[in-house]
Amino acid sequence: MGIEQKLGNLGVVTYRLEDVVNWGRSNAMWPILFGLACCAIEMMSAQAAHYDLSRYGMELNRPSPRQSDLMIVAGRVSRKMAPVVRRLYDQMPAPKWVIAMGDCASCGGIFNNYAIVQGVDEVVPVDVYVAGCPPRPEALIDGIMTLHEKVRGETLKDWA
Amino acid sequence: MEFEQLVTNKIGENIPDAIEEVVEFRNERTLLIAPEKIKEVCRLLKTDNELAFNFLSDVCADDLLPDFPRFAVNYHLYSMPNNYRLRLRTLVEDPDAGPPTMGDLWPIATWLEMEVWDLMGVRFEGNTHLRRLFLPEDWQGHPLRKDYPLGYEEVQFSFNWEEIAARKPFAKE
Amino acid sequence: MSETRTPQKSATIQEMSVEELRAMVGTGMEIVDAEEHMLLSMGPQHPSTHGVLRLLLELDGETVVNVAPDIGFLHTGIEKNMESKTYTKALVMTDRMDYLSPMSNNLGYVLAVEKLLGVEATPRAQAIRVVLTELARIASHLVWLGTAALDLAAMTVFLYCFREREYILDLFEMCSGQRMMVSYFRPGGLWRDVPEDFEPAVRRFLEFFPGRIADYEALLKENPIFLRRTKGVGVVSGEDAIAWGLTGPSLRASGVNWDIRKTQPYSGYEQYDFDVPLGTDGDVYARYRCRVQELWQSMRIIEQALDRLPDGPVSIDDRKIVPPPRSELGRSMEAVIHHFKLWTEGFNAPEGYVYQSIESPRGEFGCYLRGDGGPKPARVHFRAPSYVNLASLPNMARGGFVADLVAIIGSIDIILGEIDR
Repeated sequence: MGIEQKLGNLGVVTYRLEDVVNWGRSNAMWPILFGLACCAIEMMSAQAAHYDLSRYGMELNRPSPRQSDLMIVAGRVSRKMAPVVRRLYDQMPAPKWVIAMGDCASCGGIFNNYAIVQGVDEVVPVDVYVAGCPPRPEALIDGIMTLHEKVRGETLKDWA
Repeated sequence: MEFEQLVTNKIGENIPDAIEEVVEFRNERTLLIAPEKIKEVCRLLKTDNELAFNFLSDVCADDLLPDFPRFAVNYHLYSMPNNYRLRLRTLVEDPDAGPPTMGDLWPIATWLEMEVWDLMGVRFEGNTHLRRLFLPEDWQGHPLRKDYPLGYEEVQFSFNWEEIAARKPFAKE
Repeated sequence: MSETRTPQKSATIQEMSVEELRAMVGTGMEIVDAEEHMLLSMGPQHPSTHGVLRLLLELDGETVVNVAPDIGFLHTGIEKNMESKTYTKALVMTDRMDYLSPMSNNLGYVLAVEKLLGVEATPRAQAIRVVLTELARIASHLVWLGTAALDLAAMTVFLYCFREREYILDLFEMCSGQRMMVSYFRPGGLWRDVPEDFEPAVRRFLEFFPGRIADYEALLKENPIFLRRTKGVGVVSGEDAIAWGLTGPSLRASGVNWDIRKTQPYSGYEQYDFDVPLGTDGDVYARYRCRVQELWQSMRIIEQALDRLPDGPVSIDDRKIVPPPRSELGRSMEAVIHHFKLWTEGFNAPEGYVYQSIESPRGEFGCYLRGDGGPKPARVHFRAPSYVNLASLPNMARGGFVADLVAIIGSIDIILGEIDR
């Protein structure tokens, strides 16, 4: 009712291109089904009914990297798994973002030894780090909302 | 108690000089077995109808550095009909010439021995499946040995943040 | 994000001979007939492998001829890392192995440390440990049910199970402040006593939970699709199971009556009256029934433990092992010295080696601990039940379809954190 009064017969809305594209990207970001260890269980809890992730657009986890935009690295990345993480990241089409969930993905966590990559940012570039061992689902949701703010703040210069 | 005595008696009758020592610690019985006789002892324990140790719980190895012989392999056996746990322990001097594999007695032993070789380096004769399981295929060394370093990296605190961040291999796009 | 990207090398199709392919795929299995069969790597990132498990399949069409598991993608070096920490600090690392029921890992390790030290926890601590371990068993079976049903495309069960699990995690948080990785059990007892509203909250849980189990059963037990997919699939006989070291509900579903809580009870389990559910067929459906029945039995144990909860301290009095309460620190010099010694160096354990096994939700969880007189363990080794159960997977899966393989992996309930340690 209201919008027709303003538009009249034209049906044209002007808006900045960046805002529209960023709004679309942030409201329907599909994560890849990539849970490694204990943080994956908290990610599943966040996906389930109590802390619902589908209100943030993440209704489905896509098993295939070719159909997803977000990689939530949930869990510890071992030396054997690091090339696999990199290959999955390379297979995701741009635009893509990475959330390092938990202490082990951010900095190696309590496992400061030969077998764990000390922070997944040695393997893939990370946008948001979420701390906790494991982080509560609310903390993960806070991380996702931070990522949404970051995406909404992107400009044309960042895309090119 | 009777069953313990039965075990040691049977082993002593059939395979003399196998048991080097009997250790009782915290209600657990450990038999130290001579390395050449370990396969016969295990076969006797498994196939004998009264003893019936039909379940192999675990095979694990110890690095006893700086003692010599350096490695010890423990077999945790369990007899289901008699509800009795027993540990057999052999000392291994050369990790490349370890005890014979128990894969023909308890098939799970093949799988458990793969882990021992991967992480500790004790080779089991007759086990053709020994390969890198936990570590990447081109890894050198056996991490659980005492002379293998833990491999930790220096922790980034606020006073050394910049210098460590400069050395850390961050990923490119 | 930059848009320019060079094409990947893996995008081109390479020609390779069967020998090279065999070498690349891995030497873990004997390939039966390389000309006719297809080699498939069911890779570490897969929706139904419950973690980072890689399976090398040899397929004849849709039939699985051979399966070889390739693990190690989550290897954390926990055993080596625990050797450089004191006994109490190393407890934190045990939570992260079997991350669905961290209480049982804690219990196994703490019982092994107490056995090595030669002490036993107080009756109240033992009863609370039983309550929390059984709650962890229920939580673990709920996640198992949710994810195994999700693999067979029953999504509602997944959402229902996680709803119950939230209540249990709230109970854990009430005791210890952490939802999952609690580290609540300490050598000598517990970290601190449970709060007053713990017992009413657990009783409320026991009131509404039977109705929820009825919900899950209503969705799955008589469901013809579920029955077609699980009956007769992945059969393992009792003797095979014992020979391959299978333990836990998977073993009991094949008819072998062995539960460590009954045969070699620990932490006061001999006082409680409960049944051990047994199956006969040894297939996926029998394992499902065993685990659901275990939910009922766990509730019985919790109720009995709460009814009998004895009063008293939750930690033993030995100040060389258990730190003194803060109220004592202001009054006694010995308390200050003990506190200082425990916080800086930790308690010393005698020389010797012990093996303590408990019944975790997956099977026999054993902890081999060797002390050398110092404050740090000289060798810790965990007999992870999932690692041993995984060895039975090729036996169960040979001859079935790939879809059956998915159901079988769900039913043996493996946790990669425990396998790879």
